[in-house]
Amino acid sequence: MAVNTLTIDGKEIAIEAGKTILDAAKEAGVPIPTLCHMEGVHDVGACRLCIVEAEGTPKLLPACVTAATEGMVIHTQTEKLQNYRRMTVELIFAEGNHVCSICVANGNCELQDVAVDVGMDHSRFSYRFPDRGCDLSHSQFGIDHNRCIMCTRCVRVCDEVEGAHVWDVGSRGPDCFIVAGLDQPWGEVDACTSCGKCVDACPTGAIFHKGETTGEKEGDRGKMAFLTTAREKQEWTR
Amino acid sequence: MDKIKFATVWLAGCSGCHMSFLDLDEFLIELAGLVDVVFSPIGTDLKDYPEGVDVCLVEGAIANEENLELALEIRRKTKTLISFGDCAVTANVPAMRNMMGNKTAAPVLERAYIELADEKPHLPNAPGIVPELLDRVLPVHEVIPIDIFMPGCPPSADRIRATLEPLLQGKTPEMVGREMIKFG
Ligand code: SF4
Ligand code: SF4
Ligand code: SF4
Ligand code: FES
Repeated sequence: MAVNTLTIDGKEIAIEAGKTILDAAKEAGVPIPTLCHMEGVHDVGACRLCIVEAEGTPKLLPACVTAATEGMVIHTQTEKLQNYRRMTVELIFAEGNHVCSICVANGNCELQDVAVDVGMDHSRFSYRFPDRGCDLSHSQFGIDHNRCIMCTRCVRVCDEVEGAHVWDVGSRGPDCFIVAGLDQPWGEVDACTSCGKCVDACPTGAIFHKGETTGEKEGDRGKMAFLTTAREKQEWTR
Repeated sequence: MDKIKFATVWLAGCSGCHMSFLDLDEFLIELAGLVDVVFSPIGTDLKDYPEGVDVCLVEGAIANEENLELALEIRRKTKTLISFGDCAVTANVPAMRNMMGNKTAAPVLERAYIELADEKPHLPNAPGIVPELLDRVLPVHEVIPIDIFMPGCPPSADRIRATLEPLLQGKTPEMVGREMIKFG
Protein backbone atom coordinates (compact mmCIF):
# COMPACT_ATOMS: atom_id res chain seq x y z
CA MET A 1 0.00 0.00 0.00
CA ALA A 2 1.49 3.32 -1.08
CA VAL A 3 1.53 5.88 1.69
CA ASN A 4 1.86 9.66 1.59
CA THR A 5 3.23 11.72 4.45
CA LEU A 6 2.06 15.27 5.00
CA THR A 7 1.79 17.91 7.71
CA ILE A 8 -1.53 19.37 8.84
CA ASP A 9 -1.43 22.25 11.33
CA GLY A 10 2.01 21.07 12.43
CA LYS A 11 0.98 17.43 12.86
CA GLU A 12 2.75 14.79 10.75
CA ILE A 13 0.40 12.27 9.26
CA ALA A 14 0.87 9.24 7.02
CA ILE A 15 -2.09 8.23 4.91
CA GLU A 16 -2.90 5.75 2.17
CA ALA A 17 -2.39 7.17 -1.33
CA GLY A 18 -5.60 8.34 -2.98
CA LYS A 19 -7.14 9.70 0.23
CA THR A 20 -8.16 13.35 0.47
CA ILE A 21 -6.81 16.12 2.68
CA LEU A 22 -10.07 15.87 4.64
CA ASP A 23 -9.46 12.14 5.27
CA ALA A 24 -5.94 12.94 6.41
CA ALA A 25 -7.14 15.72 8.72
CA LYS A 26 -9.66 13.33 10.29
CA GLU A 27 -6.90 10.80 10.79
CA ALA A 28 -4.77 13.49 12.44
CA GLY A 29 -7.66 14.63 14.63
CA VAL A 30 -7.75 18.10 13.07
CA PRO A 31 -11.35 19.33 12.68
CA ILE A 32 -12.26 21.00 9.35
CA PRO A 33 -15.81 22.37 8.97
CA THR A 34 -17.86 20.76 6.16
CA LEU A 35 -21.41 20.91 4.86
CA CYS A 36 -21.71 19.10 1.55
CA HIS A 37 -19.40 16.27 2.62
CA MET A 38 -21.16 13.18 3.93
CA GLU A 39 -19.65 9.82 4.81
CA GLY A 40 -21.10 7.14 2.56
CA VAL A 41 -21.42 9.10 -0.69
CA HIS A 42 -18.82 10.61 -3.03
CA ASP A 43 -17.66 14.21 -2.61
CA VAL A 44 -18.49 17.05 -4.98
CA GLY A 45 -16.92 20.14 -3.39
CA ALA A 46 -20.13 22.17 -3.45
CA CYS A 47 -20.05 24.23 -0.27
CA ARG A 48 -16.41 25.38 -0.08
CA LEU A 49 -16.44 25.34 3.70
CA CYS A 50 -13.59 22.84 3.91
CA ILE A 51 -11.06 25.09 2.14
CA VAL A 52 -7.47 24.84 3.42
CA GLU A 53 -4.16 26.49 2.54
CA ALA A 54 -1.24 24.47 1.18
CA GLU A 55 2.25 26.00 1.34
CA GLY A 56 3.60 26.77 -2.11
CA THR A 57 0.26 27.46 -3.78
CA PRO A 58 -1.79 30.65 -3.58
CA LYS A 59 -4.98 28.72 -4.30
CA LEU A 60 -7.33 27.71 -1.51
CA LEU A 61 -8.01 23.99 -1.76
CA PRO A 62 -11.29 22.25 -0.92
CA ALA A 63 -10.08 19.51 1.44
CA CYS A 64 -12.87 17.05 0.61
CA VAL A 65 -11.98 16.80 -3.10
CA THR A 66 -8.20 17.41 -3.04
CA ALA A 67 -5.89 14.40 -2.86
CA ALA A 68 -3.39 14.37 -0.01
CA THR A 69 0.03 14.19 -1.67
CA GLU A 70 3.54 13.55 -0.40
CA GLY A 71 5.17 16.42 1.45
CA MET A 72 2.14 18.75 1.54
CA VAL A 73 2.17 21.34 4.33
CA ILE A 74 -1.46 22.20 5.11
CA HIS A 75 -2.91 24.92 7.29
CA THR A 76 -6.58 24.72 8.23
CA GLN A 77 -7.16 27.66 10.56
CA THR A 78 -5.32 30.71 9.19
CA GLU A 79 -6.96 34.10 9.56
CA LYS A 80 -7.60 34.19 5.83
CA LEU A 81 -9.42 30.86 5.91
CA GLN A 82 -11.48 31.79 8.94
CA ASN A 83 -12.46 35.00 7.21
CA TYR A 84 -13.48 33.24 3.98
CA ARG A 85 -15.37 30.52 5.82
CA ARG A 86 -17.41 33.06 7.73
CA MET A 87 -18.18 34.90 4.50
CA THR A 88 -19.22 31.61 2.86
CA VAL A 89 -21.64 30.83 5.67
CA GLU A 90 -23.05 34.37 5.62
CA LEU A 91 -23.58 34.07 1.86
CA ILE A 92 -25.43 30.78 2.31
CA PHE A 93 -27.78 32.42 4.81
CA ALA A 94 -28.23 35.50 2.60
CA GLU A 95 -28.92 33.38 -0.49
CA GLY A 96 -31.97 31.44 0.72
CA ASN A 97 -34.72 32.16 3.24
CA HIS A 98 -33.64 30.90 6.65
CA VAL A 99 -36.03 31.65 9.48
CA CYS A 100 -34.56 29.41 12.17
CA SER A 101 -37.15 30.18 14.81
CA ILE A 102 -39.90 28.48 12.81
CA CYS A 103 -37.79 25.77 11.13
CA VAL A 104 -38.22 22.01 11.59
CA ALA A 105 -34.44 21.69 12.00
CA ASN A 106 -33.96 24.45 14.58
CA GLY A 107 -31.42 23.16 17.10
CA ASN A 108 -30.46 20.22 14.91
CA CYS A 109 -29.21 21.91 11.75
CA GLU A 110 -25.70 21.61 10.35
CA LEU A 111 -25.91 25.11 8.85
CA GLN A 112 -26.70 26.57 12.26
CA ASP A 113 -23.84 24.55 13.73
CA VAL A 114 -21.27 25.86 11.25
CA ALA A 115 -22.57 29.40 11.76
CA VAL A 116 -21.68 29.02 15.43
CA ASP A 117 -18.32 27.44 14.56
CA VAL A 118 -17.28 30.27 12.24
CA GLY A 119 -18.48 32.90 14.72
CA MET A 120 -21.29 34.32 12.61
CA ASP A 121 -23.33 36.63 14.87
CA HIS A 122 -24.91 38.44 11.89
CA SER A 123 -24.71 38.55 8.10
CA ARG A 124 -22.78 41.39 6.51
CA PHE A 125 -24.47 40.59 3.20
CA SER A 126 -28.03 41.70 2.44
CA TYR A 127 -30.54 38.88 2.37
CA ARG A 128 -31.89 38.17 -1.12
CA PHE A 129 -35.34 36.94 -0.09
CA PRO A 130 -35.74 34.83 -3.24
CA ASP A 131 -39.18 33.60 -4.25
CA ARG A 132 -38.94 29.83 -3.74
CA GLY A 133 -41.59 27.25 -3.06
CA CYS A 134 -42.38 24.10 -1.14
CA ASP A 135 -43.39 20.72 -2.54
CA LEU A 136 -45.70 18.79 -0.23
CA SER A 137 -47.00 16.35 -2.83
CA HIS A 138 -45.24 13.30 -1.34
CA SER A 139 -47.39 11.37 1.13
CA GLN A 140 -44.74 11.19 3.87
CA PHE A 141 -42.15 13.90 3.20
CA GLY A 142 -41.87 17.51 2.12
CA ILE A 143 -39.20 19.75 0.61
CA ASP A 144 -38.99 23.47 1.43
CA HIS A 145 -36.67 25.05 -1.13
CA ASN A 146 -36.30 28.16 1.04
CA ARG A 147 -33.97 26.25 3.36
CA CYS A 148 -32.04 24.36 0.67
CA ILE A 149 -28.33 25.13 0.51
CA MET A 150 -27.67 23.13 -2.68
CA CYS A 151 -25.26 20.73 -0.99
CA THR A 152 -26.70 17.94 -3.20
CA ARG A 153 -26.47 15.39 -0.41
CA CYS A 154 -30.04 14.30 -1.21
CA VAL A 155 -29.15 13.89 -4.88
CA ARG A 156 -26.14 11.72 -4.09
CA VAL A 157 -27.72 9.60 -1.38
CA CYS A 158 -30.77 8.80 -3.48
CA ASP A 159 -28.58 7.89 -6.44
CA GLU A 160 -25.65 6.16 -4.76
CA VAL A 161 -27.14 4.53 -1.69
CA GLU A 162 -30.80 3.98 -2.54
CA GLY A 163 -30.22 3.62 -6.28
CA ALA A 164 -33.44 5.48 -7.10
CA HIS A 165 -32.02 8.75 -8.52
CA VAL A 166 -35.11 10.82 -7.81
CA TRP A 167 -33.26 14.13 -7.37
CA ASP A 168 -31.29 16.34 -9.71
CA VAL A 169 -30.17 19.96 -9.92
CA GLY A 170 -32.18 22.25 -12.19
CA SER A 171 -31.42 25.70 -13.62
CA ARG A 172 -28.26 27.83 -13.25
CA GLY A 173 -26.49 30.14 -10.80
CA PRO A 174 -28.63 31.66 -8.05
CA ASP A 175 -31.75 30.13 -9.61
CA CYS A 176 -30.48 26.57 -9.04
CA PHE A 177 -32.89 24.31 -7.26
CA ILE A 178 -33.36 20.64 -6.49
CA VAL A 179 -35.78 18.94 -8.88
CA ALA A 180 -37.65 15.69 -8.33
CA GLY A 181 -37.85 13.39 -11.36
CA LEU A 182 -38.19 15.41 -14.54
CA ASP A 183 -39.06 18.55 -12.54
CA GLN A 184 -42.28 16.93 -11.37
CA PRO A 185 -44.08 17.06 -8.04
CA TRP A 186 -42.16 14.66 -5.76
CA GLY A 187 -45.30 12.61 -5.05
CA GLU A 188 -45.66 11.83 -8.76
CA VAL A 189 -42.16 10.41 -9.17
CA ASP A 190 -42.57 6.63 -9.36
CA ALA A 191 -38.85 6.04 -8.81
CA CYS A 192 -39.12 7.21 -5.19
CA THR A 193 -39.23 4.24 -2.82
CA SER A 194 -40.15 6.44 0.15
CA CYS A 195 -37.04 5.16 1.92
CA GLY A 196 -36.47 8.46 3.71
CA LYS A 197 -32.71 8.53 3.11
CA CYS A 198 -32.79 12.03 1.66
CA VAL A 199 -34.59 13.24 4.79
CA ASP A 200 -31.77 11.92 6.96
CA ALA A 201 -29.06 13.11 4.60
CA CYS A 202 -30.30 16.70 4.36
CA PRO A 203 -28.15 18.86 6.65
CA THR A 204 -30.84 21.51 7.03
CA GLY A 205 -34.60 21.66 7.41
CA ALA A 206 -35.15 21.59 3.63
CA ILE A 207 -36.32 17.96 3.44
CA PHE A 208 -38.41 16.79 6.37
CA HIS A 209 -41.03 14.29 7.52
CA LYS A 210 -44.54 15.64 7.18
CA GLY A 211 -46.04 16.47 10.54
CA GLU A 212 -42.75 17.63 12.04
CA THR A 213 -43.03 21.14 13.43
CA THR A 214 -40.49 23.64 14.79
CA GLY A 215 -37.34 21.96 16.03
CA GLU A 216 -38.76 18.45 15.63
CA LYS A 217 -36.60 17.12 12.80
CA GLU A 218 -33.82 14.91 14.04
CA GLY A 219 -31.93 13.64 11.00
CA ASP A 220 -29.97 10.41 11.34
CA ARG A 221 -26.72 11.66 9.83
CA GLY A 222 -24.66 8.56 10.53
CA LYS A 223 -27.08 6.30 8.66
CA MET A 224 -25.50 6.61 5.20
CA ALA A 225 -22.00 5.82 6.45
CA PHE A 226 -23.45 2.85 8.37
CA LEU A 227 -25.28 1.57 5.29
CA THR A 228 -22.26 1.80 3.01
CA THR A 229 -19.90 0.09 5.46
CA ALA A 230 -22.57 -2.51 6.10
CA ARG A 231 -22.73 -3.28 2.40
CA GLU A 232 -19.00 -3.14 1.72
CA LYS A 233 -17.69 -4.83 4.86
CA GLN A 234 -20.74 -6.86 5.84
CA GLU A 235 -20.96 -5.13 9.23
CA TRP A 236 -24.67 -5.10 9.90
CA THR A 237 -24.77 -3.70 13.44
CA ARG A 238 -23.91 -0.30 14.85
CA MET B 1 -19.25 56.94 38.81
CA ASP B 2 -22.65 57.81 37.38
CA LYS B 3 -25.05 54.96 36.91
CA ILE B 4 -25.18 53.47 33.40
CA LYS B 5 -28.04 54.96 31.39
CA PHE B 6 -29.90 51.93 30.06
CA ALA B 7 -32.67 51.73 27.49
CA THR B 8 -34.61 49.16 25.47
CA VAL B 9 -36.64 49.78 22.33
CA TRP B 10 -39.20 47.67 20.53
CA LEU B 11 -39.33 47.90 16.73
CA ALA B 12 -40.88 45.26 14.42
CA GLY B 13 -40.80 42.27 16.77
CA CYS B 14 -43.32 40.31 18.82
CA SER B 15 -42.05 41.57 22.22
CA GLY B 16 -40.76 38.06 22.92
CA CYS B 17 -37.23 39.38 23.43
CA HIS B 18 -38.53 41.80 26.04
CA MET B 19 -40.43 38.93 27.70
CA SER B 20 -37.18 36.96 27.78
CA PHE B 21 -35.54 40.01 29.37
CA LEU B 22 -38.15 39.79 32.14
CA ASP B 23 -37.08 36.15 32.58
CA LEU B 24 -33.87 37.54 34.09
CA ASP B 25 -35.88 37.27 37.34
CA GLU B 26 -33.84 38.25 40.41
CA PHE B 27 -30.98 39.60 38.25
CA LEU B 28 -33.43 42.38 37.34
CA ILE B 29 -33.17 43.58 40.94
CA GLU B 30 -29.39 43.61 40.75
CA LEU B 31 -29.58 45.34 37.38
CA ALA B 32 -31.95 47.97 38.72
CA GLY B 33 -29.29 48.85 41.30
CA LEU B 34 -26.61 49.31 38.64
CA VAL B 35 -28.43 51.19 35.88
CA ASP B 36 -30.86 54.02 35.36
CA VAL B 37 -33.60 52.80 33.05
CA VAL B 38 -34.13 55.91 30.93
CA PHE B 39 -36.41 54.52 28.18
CA SER B 40 -38.14 51.18 27.75
CA PRO B 41 -41.60 49.86 26.80
CA ILE B 42 -41.45 47.59 29.87
CA GLY B 43 -39.51 49.83 32.25
CA THR B 44 -40.68 53.42 31.83
CA ASP B 45 -43.65 55.34 30.54
CA LEU B 46 -41.59 57.91 28.63
CA LYS B 47 -42.45 58.70 25.03
CA ASP B 48 -39.24 60.47 23.97
CA TYR B 49 -35.86 58.80 23.74
CA PRO B 50 -33.41 60.84 25.85
CA GLU B 51 -29.88 62.05 25.00
CA GLY B 52 -26.73 60.39 26.29
CA VAL B 53 -27.87 56.77 26.66
CA ASP B 54 -25.02 54.34 27.41
CA VAL B 55 -26.50 50.95 26.47
CA CYS B 56 -29.64 50.12 24.51
CA LEU B 57 -31.19 46.77 23.58
CA VAL B 58 -32.96 47.02 20.21
CA GLU B 59 -35.67 44.42 19.63
CA GLY B 60 -37.24 44.00 16.20
CA ALA B 61 -36.56 44.63 12.53
CA ILE B 62 -37.07 47.83 10.55
CA ALA B 63 -40.46 47.39 8.89
CA ASN B 64 -42.13 50.81 8.81
CA GLU B 65 -41.34 54.52 8.84
CA GLU B 66 -41.67 54.80 12.59
CA ASN B 67 -39.14 51.98 13.12
CA LEU B 68 -36.75 53.74 10.75
CA GLU B 69 -37.08 57.12 12.46
CA LEU B 70 -36.59 55.67 15.92
CA ALA B 71 -33.57 53.65 14.76
CA LEU B 72 -31.88 56.78 13.41
CA GLU B 73 -32.69 58.66 16.61
CA ILE B 74 -31.36 56.00 19.01
CA ARG B 75 -28.15 55.75 17.01
CA ARG B 76 -27.56 59.49 17.43
CA LYS B 77 -28.24 59.34 21.16
CA THR B 78 -26.65 56.02 22.26
CA LYS B 79 -23.09 54.83 22.88
CA THR B 80 -23.56 51.05 22.67
CA LEU B 81 -26.39 49.63 20.59
CA ILE B 82 -27.17 45.92 20.85
CA SER B 83 -29.16 44.17 18.13
CA PHE B 84 -31.38 42.17 20.47
CA GLY B 85 -32.79 38.95 19.03
CA ASP B 86 -33.20 37.45 15.56
CA CYS B 87 -35.69 40.05 14.28
CA ALA B 88 -33.13 42.80 14.89
CA VAL B 89 -30.20 40.68 13.66
CA THR B 90 -31.68 38.91 10.60
CA ALA B 91 -35.12 40.56 10.18
CA ASN B 92 -36.50 37.05 10.88
CA VAL B 93 -40.27 36.45 10.76
CA PRO B 94 -41.29 40.08 10.04
CA ALA B 95 -39.17 39.89 6.86
CA MET B 96 -41.03 36.87 5.51
CA ARG B 97 -43.21 39.35 3.65
CA ASN B 98 -40.11 40.22 1.59
CA MET B 99 -40.47 36.81 -0.07
CA MET B 100 -43.76 38.03 -1.57
CA GLY B 101 -41.76 40.58 -3.55
CA ASN B 102 -39.29 42.94 -1.94
CA LYS B 103 -39.75 45.95 -4.18
CA THR B 104 -42.93 47.23 -2.48
CA ALA B 105 -45.14 46.38 0.49
CA ALA B 106 -48.24 46.24 -1.75
CA PRO B 107 -48.46 42.41 -2.04
CA VAL B 108 -48.57 41.84 1.72
CA LEU B 109 -51.11 44.61 2.29
CA GLU B 110 -53.32 43.31 -0.51
CA ARG B 111 -53.09 39.77 0.85
CA ALA B 112 -54.01 40.83 4.38
CA TYR B 113 -56.60 43.53 3.78
CA ILE B 114 -58.18 42.63 0.43
CA GLU B 115 -57.82 38.91 -0.33
CA LEU B 116 -58.36 37.72 3.24
CA ALA B 117 -60.93 40.35 4.25
CA ASP B 118 -64.28 38.97 5.41
CA GLU B 119 -66.18 42.13 4.64
CA LYS B 120 -65.42 45.60 3.29
CA PRO B 121 -61.96 44.93 1.87
CA HIS B 122 -59.90 48.12 1.87
CA LEU B 123 -56.28 49.12 2.42
CA PRO B 124 -55.52 50.97 5.69
CA ASN B 125 -54.85 54.63 5.03
CA ALA B 126 -54.36 57.06 7.90
CA PRO B 127 -51.46 59.38 7.09
CA GLY B 128 -49.66 60.62 10.20
CA ILE B 129 -51.37 58.03 12.42
CA VAL B 130 -50.58 54.58 11.03
CA PRO B 131 -46.91 54.49 9.95
CA GLU B 132 -46.41 53.51 6.31
CA LEU B 133 -44.72 50.15 5.68
CA LEU B 134 -41.27 50.31 4.09
CA ASP B 135 -40.84 48.53 0.76
CA ARG B 136 -38.89 45.77 2.46
CA VAL B 137 -38.15 44.75 6.03
CA LEU B 138 -34.49 45.15 7.02
CA PRO B 139 -32.22 43.94 9.83
CA VAL B 140 -31.32 46.90 12.06
CA HIS B 141 -27.63 46.92 11.04
CA GLU B 142 -28.59 47.60 7.42
CA VAL B 143 -29.96 50.96 8.58
CA ILE B 144 -27.62 52.04 11.40
CA PRO B 145 -24.24 50.77 12.69
CA ILE B 146 -24.64 48.21 15.49
CA ASP B 147 -22.05 47.54 18.19
CA ILE B 148 -23.06 44.11 19.49
CA PHE B 149 -25.18 41.35 17.95
CA MET B 150 -27.19 39.06 20.22
CA PRO B 151 -29.07 36.52 18.04
CA GLY B 152 -31.82 34.20 19.33
CA CYS B 153 -35.58 33.97 18.97
CA PRO B 154 -35.72 35.01 21.69
CA PRO B 155 -32.24 35.13 23.24
CA SER B 156 -32.44 33.21 26.53
CA ALA B 157 -32.26 35.07 29.82
CA ASP B 158 -28.82 33.49 30.35
CA ARG B 159 -27.60 34.87 27.04
CA ILE B 160 -28.97 38.32 27.85
CA ARG B 161 -27.30 38.27 31.24
CA ALA B 162 -23.97 37.06 29.80
CA THR B 163 -24.11 39.96 27.33
CA LEU B 164 -25.06 42.66 29.82
CA GLU B 165 -22.80 41.71 32.74
CA PRO B 166 -19.47 42.55 31.04
CA LEU B 167 -20.98 45.79 29.70
CA LEU B 168 -21.91 46.84 33.22
CA GLN B 169 -18.23 46.47 34.13
CA GLY B 170 -17.15 48.51 31.13
CA LYS B 171 -16.01 45.45 29.17
CA THR B 172 -17.09 44.10 25.79
CA PRO B 173 -18.94 40.77 25.90
CA GLU B 174 -17.55 37.90 23.84
CA MET B 175 -20.26 36.85 21.43
CA VAL B 176 -18.91 33.40 20.53
CA GLY B 177 -20.08 29.81 20.96
CA ARG B 178 -23.45 28.11 20.86
CA GLU B 179 -24.64 29.62 24.14
CA MET B 180 -24.17 33.14 22.79
CA ILE B 181 -24.84 33.20 19.03
CA LYS B 182 -26.97 30.27 17.86
CA PHE B 183 -29.84 31.62 15.75
CA GLY B 184 -33.43 30.57 16.37
S1 SF4 C 1 -32.35 25.09 7.73
FE1 SF4 C 1 -31.08 25.52 9.53
S2 SF4 C 1 -30.28 27.58 9.16
FE2 SF4 C 1 -32.01 27.29 7.77
S3 SF4 C 1 -33.81 28.07 8.88
FE3 SF4 C 1 -33.67 25.87 9.34
S4 SF4 C 1 -32.50 25.78 11.26
FE4 SF4 C 1 -32.16 27.81 10.39
S1 SF4 D 1 -37.26 8.93 -0.12
FE1 SF4 D 1 -35.56 7.65 -0.84
S2 SF4 D 1 -36.07 7.14 -2.94
FE2 SF4 D 1 -37.40 8.85 -2.36
S3 SF4 D 1 -36.30 10.66 -2.99
FE3 SF4 D 1 -35.68 10.31 -0.89
S4 SF4 D 1 -33.84 9.03 -1.03
FE4 SF4 D 1 -34.83 8.98 -3.01
S1 SF4 E 1 -32.60 19.57 -0.07
FE1 SF4 E 1 -31.20 19.34 1.68
S2 SF4 E 1 -29.77 17.73 1.05
FE2 SF4 E 1 -30.80 18.43 -0.81
S3 SF4 E 1 -29.43 19.99 -1.65
FE3 SF4 E 1 -30.95 21.05 -0.39
S4 SF4 E 1 -29.99 21.23 1.62
FE4 SF4 E 1 -28.83 19.70 0.50
S1 FES F 1 -17.23 19.88 2.42
FE1 FES F 1 -15.70 20.28 0.95
S2 FES F 1 -16.66 21.64 -0.41
FE2 FES F 1 -18.28 21.11 0.98
